[in-house]
Amino acid sequence: MRLYPLDISVYLIRKMLMRNRILFRLQFPKRRYSKVIKSNGTWKSVVGLEVHAQINSNSKLFSGASTKFSSPVNNNVSLFDCSTPGTLPVLNKRCVEAGVLTALALNCQVNPVSYFDRKHYFYADLPTGYQITQQRAPLAMDGKLEFQVFTPGIHKSPYKMQVKIKQLQLEQDSGKSLHDTERSLVDLNRAGVPLMELVFEPDLTDGEEAAALIKELIIILQRIKTCSCKMEEGALRVDANVSIHKEGEPLGTRTEIKNIGSVRGVAGAIQSEIERQINLKNSGGTVLNETRAWDAATKTTVGMRDKEVQQDYRYMPEPNLPPLHIAMGPIERGCVNADKLRETIPELPEATRERLKGEGIGLTSEQAIILVNDFSLLNIFEEAVTKRKIDCKLLANFLINDFNTVLNRNNLEAGDICCDPDYYGEIVELLQSGQINRNTAKLLLEEIVSGNQSRPTQIVEEKGLAQITDDDKLRKLCKETLKENEKAVKSFKSGKSKAFKALLGSVAAKSKNQADMAKCSDILKDLLNKI
Amino acid sequence: MNYLRHVNLLSRRFCTSKRCIKISQTDVKHVPQKAVASKIELHKPPPKTEIDADTIALLERLSLVDCANKEGIRILEASIEFADYILQVDTDDIESLFTVLEDIPLQVREDKVTEGDCREDILKNAVVTEEEYFVAPPGNIPLEARENPLHEEK
Repeated sequence: MRLYPLDISVYLIRKMLMRNRILFRLQFPKRRYSKVIKSNGTWKSVVGLEVHAQINSNSKLFSGASTKFSSPVNNNVSLFDCSTPGTLPVLNKRCVEAGVLTALALNCQVNPVSYFDRKHYFYADLPTGYQITQQRAPLAMDGKLEFQVFTPGIHKSPYKMQVKIKQLQLEQDSGKSLHDTERSLVDLNRAGVPLMELVFEPDLTDGEEAAALIKELIIILQRIKTCSCKMEEGALRVDANVSIHKEGEPLGTRTEIKNIGSVRGVAGAIQSEIERQINLKNSGGTVLNETRAWDAATKTTVGMRDKEVQQDYRYMPEPNLPPLHIAMGPIERGCVNADKLRETIPELPEATRERLKGEGIGLTSEQAIILVNDFSLLNIFEEAVTKRKIDCKLLANFLINDFNTVLNRNNLEAGDICCDPDYYGEIVELLQSGQINRNTAKLLLEEIVSGNQSRPTQIVEEKGLAQITDDDKLRKLCKETLKENEKAVKSFKSGKSKAFKALLGSVAAKSKNQADMAKCSDILKDLLNKI
Repeated sequence: MNYLRHVNLLSRRFCTSKRCIKISQTDVKHVPQKAVASKIELHKPPPKTEIDADTIALLERLSLVDCANKEGIRILEASIEFADYILQVDTDDIESLFTVLEDIPLQVREDKVTEGDCREDILKNAVVTEEEYFVAPPGNIPLEARENPLHEEK
């Protein structure tokens, strides 16, 4: 059995549709944001991303208030967070560790000394009137990230991209305002929550690449546990800079799309913005340097009312925070040690994919990408493979196609089913040795998903599901089927080859899906030829 | 602000704490023992910075301080001139000092929840509240642009 690229596409599209069921109904057919533009030929698009990732911590960046999501309004606020005069910032060690760990995972240069600065702007949910961030010397800079771009239905095969990371800095989040008609209601629970801002160089060309980058970033941050990446809670927010230009000409004026809140949103927002800019320029207009917002319902970007002049943030060094020292190499002084943190980095997704494709496992690129993108599935795969000697490709295919189909049908996620991963290994072993066929394997999955605690082998025995492989039995089965379906036999004989499939289906049904269909096919052909 | 941008961060970034301390000890001899006369020559006024009407109008909008008139321009230009005398001090190749604590490593705390949960206390300081929210005026309202950015007649 081989996993064809088409299988994967079908699986992924199916899975995506399940995930976005509601969206799907609203927008049919679901749009794919591909390099439609490339066929246009003349325009080239350039995309750069800025990501705000909330650091996974118990307390805020500079205060001891909780960061718990959905706490009662204004409950996670310390005196410092509402800028009570006389309070001072005290840096959270965990945030420095998380920042350094993330920087190392993204191949950045960690600065042994970095500084904090004040960035001023006047807004009701920023009680101090400034945000503490790192502008002069950020925590880390000059990183790079390699990732695979593969969206079924758009890309026939995966391709590798590399994006450079300009800098990684620590900063505070602001509070949240709810806008009434004539006033704003301010909740400071989020004020002072620790963020890592990641600035990527504009090395990308379209929405799909941006979405793939964000997906890869999410897997990395979740593996090193520095960010929950729950985009629905605002724990990961993406801003995208988009511009278009003609080959050989300088870059065009860019627009910035703010606060995109989902991975598909990233792809959609960018592609719709590229298309908008192309239409604008083709009809003689000019692109303005402006901030736009992504409207997921209408799938368009809309201009935001914005200041007409470049805002002056009046950056100044934060006088209340001395320089931040990180210990590394010969430099021993610092609040955290970068070398020790580097040792704690687990295997990153690119390495996992390489390992899955490598010797002993030998999966295809597509299989490796899909498994790595789905943490629960990967977990099952890895555990099942260590316990049994099974064909890894067969197992991967089984999990990616059959298991996911069953999950989707029951509206479940792989993580929802808490059974020994070895169950899946056992099923694949039965399948591999020919004791059961693929239909029975699916049936066993249904059993597991619906909560049957027995081992697969046991279920097969109890319910008599073993595959019928005995030649005589199969021949008898086929003969009976032919007798019962004289019409189909006649139409086959008169040249309608489709009738063969119908006959084969009848055989399968007659055997309660337990017959070895490969053998049946041969036998049936043989019998039909003799008639 | 221009001179601030010439900060040479590199040299400091790679020096270890011990070396920094050593340098600062040897530098003690550069601290004058007696009062020294200022090197700023007040008879040499700095080049004049001219403020145009659009700039003062922008500043008025940002600050909401009534200053977009000729008197406002005069005061602002005089303030800039007063401050610009300091540019006579040659700061080339000298690293800016932002804090006297720059050689003292930043203290950090453990990631524990020790504060918060004091909503009543913090809301006491607010003039207007609604349920548990602070109430603020609606977001930044842009002032209408005027035909003439200066408003003398008023």
